[in-house]
Amino acid sequence: MSDFELPTSSWQASYGEEARERVGFFTDTSLCIGCKACEVACKEWNRVPEDGLVHRGMSMDNTGGLSADTWRHVAFIEQRNAFELGDDGEGGLRWLMASDVCKHCTHAACLEVCPTGALFRTEFGTVVVQEDVCNGCGYCIPACPFGVIDRREDDGRAYKCTLCYDRLKDDQTPACAQACPTNSIQFGPLDELRAHAQDRVAQLVQAGEQGAQLYLADGDDGIGGAGAFFLLLDDPEVYGLPPDPVDPVRRLPAIWGLTALAAGTILAGVAAAVSGGRHRARRR
Amino acid sequence: MSALDRSHGQGAVTAAGDGRPTVPRARPRSYYGLPVLNEPVWTWEIPAYFFAGGMAGASAPLALAASVQGNRRLARAASAVALAGVAVSPPLLISDLGRPERFLNMLRMFKVTSPMSVGAWILSAFAPAVAVGAGRELLGVAPAVGRAGQVGGALLGPTLSTYTAALLACTAVPVWHEARRELPFVFAGSSLASAGAAATILAGPSASAPARRMAVGGATLSLCATIAMERRLGALAAPYHEGSAKPFARAAKGLSAAGALTLACASAARSPARVSAVRLRPWTGGRSSRGRAIQSFGAVALLAGAALERWAIFRAGMDSAADPAATIAPQRARRDRA
Repeated sequence: MSDFELPTSSWQASYGEEARERVGFFTDTSLCIGCKACEVACKEWNRVPEDGLVHRGMSMDNTGGLSADTWRHVAFIEQRNAFELGDDGEGGLRWLMASDVCKHCTHAACLEVCPTGALFRTEFGTVVVQEDVCNGCGYCIPACPFGVIDRREDDGRAYKCTLCYDRLKDDQTPACAQACPTNSIQFGPLDELRAHAQDRVAQLVQAGEQGAQLYLADGDDGIGGAGAFFLLLDDPEVYGLPPDPVDPVRRLPAIWGLTALAAGTILAGVAAAVSGGRHRARRR
Repeated sequence: MSALDRSHGQGAVTAAGDGRPTVPRARPRSYYGLPVLNEPVWTWEIPAYFFAGGMAGASAPLALAASVQGNRRLARAASAVALAGVAVSPPLLISDLGRPERFLNMLRMFKVTSPMSVGAWILSAFAPAVAVGAGRELLGVAPAVGRAGQVGGALLGPTLSTYTAALLACTAVPVWHEARRELPFVFAGSSLASAGAAATILAGPSASAPARRMAVGGATLSLCATIAMERRLGALAAPYHEGSAKPFARAAKGLSAAGALTLACASAARSPARVSAVRLRPWTGGRSSRGRAIQSFGAVALLAGAALERWAIFRAGMDSAADPAATIAPQRARRDRA
């Protein structure tokens, strides 16, 4: 099924000369200090409404995850005994912080299943919802393997990160990357970011950070590679990220086949039920 | 919350020098037990539509077949069921939209990668076909056009009954996506069962023998496919066994089995060729009001079973999306194997 090419991934061809270099985010969580400036900058620039003041009582994170009203989310993980500090038996404590965002997948399930075409791929290779087209059908929400996109309750439409499409149009850096004080959120052409990320993870592993790993950094995963990828210091699930996400639309050809077969079963069932009577009548 | 580790990365497992666990974790790690996926925002209208649209879809070929055979009572009954099903479907779907006034945007494009888009077009073509077909059967209007509509409806209907399974399977929700091989047959079976049952009630015992056979066969298919689905899902089937879907799933199975058994006995008793069943005849199959009541009971049980089956699947999806372990555990296992 890996050779299954979706029309939506051929964005460059469809834009012709207007196609731009694919851009994205490399979020290097080893540099994140959990300041949440990205969350605030995103809300300010994109006028994302307030989404409730909830005290979750679990860590320094009261936001929980990405939603219609949270397009950048800083996860805050407190770990004990996750690594060993010598042999003193006391173990250690560490904080992991990571700013999550829409992955702008190469094979974006939200875009593929959107029946109205409200979700589209921009000339930068990013995935954006058109507010004036979305009718709030909600299909994109369970389609997303990352739990990114969601419906705004009072508004009825789906919202998510636009990778600051308006700023990109003006050759500006997205608000979150602009606001990040430690350069944990890096913005740029995807190819450059990927090359840099390889160097960075090698550097960290050499320095003894054994858990350091790149997440969604190349094209051979279940989503064909992400426009926003990460350097993590532990397994993805610890940050609330799925370890091996797959675009569900990849299996749609097989699903359509079985659906057609099941529809044929209905026809056959009706035919059998009706002709069963005929045979019996003839016997009579 | 089923198999869930709230210790987010500590675990009871001792870490080896390389930071990897020395024994396999029984429970996956997660971010404070929070869901990975966002829960679907669909409400009761969606399973109600799955039921109504599925029933209408399987009624259309029955209406055509009965009409061709000259069984007018059954053709009229099946036409009426199909018409009722397509009449309630658009309001249900539109009221579930976040922006109902924009329902026409559904027909802005045709996308084969979106089962919802394909379904919107199927429903748009199926509804007028059923309407003219019902015009022919119920009112005697435009018989030639009506016949064409019946043929079109008979071909489109089964796809309306089953595309909804593709719609659920084509999501990241584990209990739906991993059931992608069986779901179309669960939906096909319960569509046959509900269409047959509804026609049985409306057509009456003397004309409904094909509808009863259809209902019994459909319920059997649905039950077998459901059992196969739960077996394949393994641990992912937890919502059907312990979650909020459990009462729906159990009632659906019980009612479908009871209804199918009742109608099967009724059919057997009505068949003069089966001597052993003759004794049952006064109880279940006769033209007596008692026979009719028993058949109607069986048919109502089948209808309720088919509806509850959709609710069970719908509720299970909500539970599955909310359970981080359902998302993480299979993916972690896949990654560790690779």
